[in-house]
Amino acid sequence: MAEYYHSVTLDKDKCRGCTNCIKRCPTEAIRVREGKARIIAERCIDCGECIRVCPYHAKIAVTDPLSSIDRFQYKIALPAPALYGQFKDVTDINDILYALKGLGFDYVYEVARGADYTTAFVKEKLKEGHIKRPLISSACPAIVRLIQVRFPELLANIVSVESPMEIAAQLARREFSEKRGVSEEDIGVFFITPCAAKMTSIKSPIGRERSSVDGAISMLDIYGALSSKIGDTPNTGELQKASAYGVGWANSSGESSALSIERYLAVDGIQNVIYVLEEIENNKFPDLDFFEGLACTGGCVGGPLTFENGFVAKNRIRTLAKDLENHQITGEELSSVRHSIEWEFTESVQPKPVMKLDDDLSLAVKKMETMDKIYESLPGLDCGSCGSPNCRTLAEDIVQGEASELDCIFKLREKVKDLAKEMIELAEKIPTGRHEEDDGK
Amino acid sequence: MKQFIMEHTYEVKAGDYVVAGEASSSIKGLLKKLGISGDIVRRMAIAAYEAEMNLVIHSEGGHLILKISPAELLLISQDEGPGIPDIDLAMEEGYSTAPDEAREMGFGAGMGLANIKRCADEFNIKSSVGIGTKVEVKIYI
Repeated sequence: MAEYYHSVTLDKDKCRGCTNCIKRCPTEAIRVREGKARIIAERCIDCGECIRVCPYHAKIAVTDPLSSIDRFQYKIALPAPALYGQFKDVTDINDILYALKGLGFDYVYEVARGADYTTAFVKEKLKEGHIKRPLISSACPAIVRLIQVRFPELLANIVSVESPMEIAAQLARREFSEKRGVSEEDIGVFFITPCAAKMTSIKSPIGRERSSVDGAISMLDIYGALSSKIGDTPNTGELQKASAYGVGWANSSGESSALSIERYLAVDGIQNVIYVLEEIENNKFPDLDFFEGLACTGGCVGGPLTFENGFVAKNRIRTLAKDLENHQITGEELSSVRHSIEWEFTESVQPKPVMKLDDDLSLAVKKMETMDKIYESLPGLDCGSCGSPNCRTLAEDIVQGEASELDCIFKLREKVKDLAKEMIELAEKIPTGRHEEDDGK
Repeated sequence: MKQFIMEHTYEVKAGDYVVAGEASSSIKGLLKKLGISGDIVRRMAIAAYEAEMNLVIHSEGGHLILKISPAELLLISQDEGPGIPDIDLAMEEGYSTAPDEAREMGFGAGMGLANIKRCADEFNIKSSVGIGTKVEVKIYI
């Protein structure tokens, strides 16, 4: 069951069975059945679009509570760079990093530093001639899962370098254990996350068997507590080490800019990413070296678990990064970590062809034909009242035995009308009293 | 003989850039839904797109017909003229007769037919001036 762990879940009591989430889901993974939304686990990619659009806050991301860090003797925080954009009037990133210590962490390691290493490894990959172009960034787990589900042909293009979070986790654990002389097992490493997809990638990682991260804490959950610690915790100015490039990863095109290449494309917002992946699949970008696709608008700063408006946060990140050095990881630094951590995928990313109608081609063809026929008979309004996102999906659900034609309220109305007509016709045939009287004579 | 288990016809209008690309995009979606493997879907999608654009840019209108058998996919592009006077020349990479209107939109690089051929396992083109052109693309499953 580990395969289908999802951070995105439904709070049934809050769900009113409206159509907002089913219509926005990029993998058509939600249906409303019996008045409540239901997430199809195999299809969900944990992008968090439904969390964003649900007016009743019935879609939630399950993350770890801050108290879960107490399971470990030593606690390390791995703040995503998007965290830096959440606070007003912060001019020194160290203020935020030390505030995390104030929340009970023994050590803080910037994921932006991990990003500096990821960048260096991806640069090497770009130099290898035999890899399929464009290389596709593996940074956004929702996009990697989107490709598994909807664009399996592009899986080979995904760059096999670990995410900044995984690299940071390994380096942080090693650094702390060496510095303090403590066992690595006694250290808990926690990611401060802007999104649900990262939580899922810790529980059921892609490209590796086990994550190096022990848990994920939502930025929203600690926002209040962390704000009050800012400026209140002694800041000795030593924790901030990431480059401007690494910090820039919080924003869309941050990763691409760090690579210092010309032929890249950075796209944010999952619908935009889908649009471009379609075109990449159609060979429309033959000269492209690198594609960075991020599910959230603006990049990680737009994550569903962030507090601040994504555009405001984006600007803050830019301002904060301006004061940092633009240094890049040297060859020496890189070779020192190359053999001590797992920086590359150890498992290949497998396709998840859950959108197909059937494993058997002739059965799939038959289903497709039935589906087309059903679709023709549906009103084509895509209203979603049936609980499926649109008429075409309802036709598919009917073919797959998951729904019935009468789930369509227009079909139902027709049927009721026909029945009513039949009732009237029958009523007219009921023997009247006069007949009875006649019979009586 | 190979039995086709499915056939779909898509009408493509000449010069209609608003809907251009929709037929090939439907073909791609259809093949994915049928569970055809990624590489084959991709090749057919590219061939169908190029064929569709050829119909929009160069023809007087026509049809794309997709036939599916358990062993192969067959795409037929059939138009109602004007026909190609010199097929060998038309097949050359970089040779194009696209009007300025199409070139302004980024089309007409003269790669269309060559790209289609590259995607195909079997490729066939027949044309008569004044009658029309028929292109057949076979991709083995």
